Amino acid sequence: MSEAARAWDDALLAAQLLAIDPAGLKGLVLRARPGPVLDRWLGFLRRVLPEGMPLRKLPPGIGDSRLLGGIDLAATLKSGRPVGARGLLAEADGGLVLVPMAERLAPGLAARLGAALDRGEVVAEREGMTIRAPARVGLVLLDEGATEDEAPPPELAERIGLAARLEGIPLADTAMAETGRDAILRARTALAKVSVDARTLEALCATAAAFGIGSLRAPLLALAAARASAALAGRPAVEEADAIAATRLVLAPRATCMPSPPEPETPPEQDTPPPPEQTENRSEEGETSDALSDVLLAAAAAAVPKDLLAALAQRGLSRGAASTGKEGAARLSALRGAPLAARPGMPGGGKRLALLETLRAAAPWQGMRRRQGGPRIAVRREDFHIRRYRERSETTTIFAVDASGSSALNRMAEAKGAVELLLADCYVRRDRVALIAFRGRQAELLLPPTTSLVRAKRSLAALPGGGGTPVASALDGARALAEAVLRRGGTPVVVLFTDGRANVARDGTGGREAAERDALAAARVLASLRIASVLLDTSPRPQKQGETLAAAMGARYLPLPYADAAAVSRAVKAMAPAHTARAA
Amino acid sequence: MNARVLFPFSAIVGQEEMKRALLIAAVDATLGGVLVFGDRGTGKSTAVRALAALLPPMRVVVGCPYSCSPDAPAGLCEQCSQPGAKAKTALVPVPVVDLPLGATEDRVVGALDIERALAQGVKAFEPGLLARAHRGFLYIDEVNLLEDHIVDLLLDVAASGENVVEREGLSIRHPARFVLVGSGNPEEGELRPQLLDRFGLSVEVTTPSDIATRIEVVRRRDAFERDQAGFAVSWAAEEAKLRRRLVAARKRLPEIVVPDESIGHAARLCIALGTDGLRGELTLIRAARALAAYDGEREVGLAQLRAVAPAALRHRLRRNPLDDTVATTRVERAIAEVLAA
Repeated sequence: MSEAARAWDDALLAAQLLAIDPAGLKGLVLRARPGPVLDRWLGFLRRVLPEGMPLRKLPPGIGDSRLLGGIDLAATLKSGRPVGARGLLAEADGGLVLVPMAERLAPGLAARLGAALDRGEVVAEREGMTIRAPARVGLVLLDEGATEDEAPPPELAERIGLAARLEGIPLADTAMAETGRDAILRARTALAKVSVDARTLEALCATAAAFGIGSLRAPLLALAAARASAALAGRPAVEEADAIAATRLVLAPRATCMPSPPEPETPPEQDTPPPPEQTENRSEEGETSDALSDVLLAAAAAAVPKDLLAALAQRGLSRGAASTGKEGAARLSALRGAPLAARPGMPGGGKRLALLETLRAAAPWQGMRRRQGGPRIAVRREDFHIRRYRERSETTTIFAVDASGSSALNRMAEAKGAVELLLADCYVRRDRVALIAFRGRQAELLLPPTTSLVRAKRSLAALPGGGGTPVASALDGARALAEAVLRRGGTPVVVLFTDGRANVARDGTGGREAAERDALAAARVLASLRIASVLLDTSPRPQKQGETLAAAMGARYLPLPYADAAAVSRAVKAMAPAHTARAA
Repeated sequence: MNARVLFPFSAIVGQEEMKRALLIAAVDATLGGVLVFGDRGTGKSTAVRALAALLPPMRVVVGCPYSCSPDAPAGLCEQCSQPGAKAKTALVPVPVVDLPLGATEDRVVGALDIERALAQGVKAFEPGLLARAHRGFLYIDEVNLLEDHIVDLLLDVAASGENVVEREGLSIRHPARFVLVGSGNPEEGELRPQLLDRFGLSVEVTTPSDIATRIEVVRRRDAFERDQAGFAVSWAAEEAKLRRRLVAARKRLPEIVVPDESIGHAARLCIALGTDGLRGELTLIRAARALAAYDGEREVGLAQLRAVAPAALRHRLRRNPLDDTVATTRVERAIAEVLAA
């Protein structure tokens, strides 16, 4: 069977399992771009879903009152007492919620969805009401990310059982499975009675550990998948085939490392440092991992995305940096505008009516107004309140650090020191930071924008030196990142550490002349976007190149020998705007 | 919601430090709350909910929105403020109030009762989450993602034990004494350092790495999911034992002696670690006292100090934000030096 056909089969199986146990499996992360293949898959999903099982689509940018439930204003005004309305999650109880563009899910929304998955109900405290409703749902996250860095928020993806990919499957390979609704219905009734023996449970745990999956949710979800698979096949107990299916769909996509056969030399690496008793564990692992474990390991190894190996190899070089990639990309703006108290005023001109505050202001007067012969609810002009937000324009400081041979020779350590000082500043201001390193042929994004300084520090410490100086590539990378920050409404500041001696051109070839020409061109683009920038010249004696480059970038030029830490910090601070308040 | 069976506290595998910190906080509710930071899928919220279920039910005045104890009424609601009125009382479970992300400030502190205002034109106060959490637990998952102004507000109330509402023409203060439990994952963003040391205890949790433990966790959780009621019954004896121990510890707490020697040890430890202010020492002593009560000891000794020092101090170290040497290691080193037996 071809790889694509196999991936398609996995996706179809995932759809069937979802139809059998949506709440137990918690859903599916489906990596797929919109297109006919995805449409075919969605069509299959609709075909196998039992009659009456909800399948709701989560509109992007859904508000809390629609998601979790809130006050039904029309009914509230009519009846004169608060009336609640169910939210989308409660409406989808017992079924599935489709989440398109899951890679762009806002962290707050992801947290709410995660909480709903954990509890099987929605609880919301909103607008003077407590809303609590059952919401046993599975989420189908449609991950439409273009690059590997774009992925759904990990804290949500971690809670979701299944994962499948439709990328790279040609339409010709998308034959439909035979399964109909009847088989699914039979499986749903059989599910509760499917048994699992201790051997399977242990093998699933061992497999999860061998692939470096830290969270204990993974084996539990794998167990649920194995049960659903057995129910689908009409088996009273989970057998090897079910465990393999669960491994392919649940465990393999979460692998963070490949087990090293046959005797693992190094314990599976986890995000947490392995405790000292690791040696002892392996012997225990040997006991529990019987033949079934080996089968599962092989199944998982076959299902692990091929590029994982490459990614892992890279991770070996700079472990701290690579472990972060997706998380940083997925976490967009953790800081939103803090609502301020509403104040009396007329809506209009971009000011939104604060309805509840208005009603609250009107409420005490109702009795009196009614006596004067008004309507049931008399809201007057003086009751109107408007919403106000304090918006914090977030600053993202993008560090582009020259790690080339010439720089490394000169003052890499000092540059690192200076970056650390600036990082400490950013920490105090709760700014976000991103780190680009450039050496050899091109620049590399070591750390996407994040507020986690520990991670920034780790990436920096792991930064190797040596190779050419691809200044143009670094400036291009910084510009792309700065543009992304601008698009999200943040304020980027680029801090470039370099000795200015570009010797690698944009296309990765050497040659000082072409390299310098490209660097200046890239610098001018940056200047044309009016992105605030600082260039810190790290060469032992400040040279003309650095100053020329800074002028082209429109950057402030600071030769490092003369710039003490305080001066550097002041220079960067001057670029970062302060908080802004506005009525929205 | 009422029929929901919770995973029993005694059935939680491992995570000893987290369990101990929560138990200590339950013995002495004035410790200032617990911050649980760590990996996903380690049973943080399971433990908090299970703990509250473990606590013996409390006696409250029926209909009192602040869950007033009949012995110490807050005197705010109509039932308890009637002088001489014989209030009806009832036993209710200790509340665990979740603070959902996205909760609005008026729901947290309370606001004008819109229903009564609309229907009767009365300016009445509708208590918020803080009132509901009184005498119980307030649990915030992903505390590091909560908006800063809400966190400020919560910590202020948690420290003062009183909620002051000044809004919409209302001017109200009511008691709000609760154990604040915050959890989060440091990879998703950090908590402001100013907020860190307002928590009494802080623990770090990691997923267990040895296979046998992991299998046991999965096995128990799976058994629970399959038959919640049956699972709860099979752990009922263990739960009862733990409950008795907790109740006994609460009763014994005021009698625990703290010898001058132990106070000296605590002070030396804090000096060696350079913790700011006296909050570290106070928390350390009180946590050690609560542990002594739980352990059935008469006085606070070295064993208790050693056991609680990491949780009481690790988040109070004056730290270089970029120094990622684990705070725990520093505390442990200091313990080894200062508290050498």
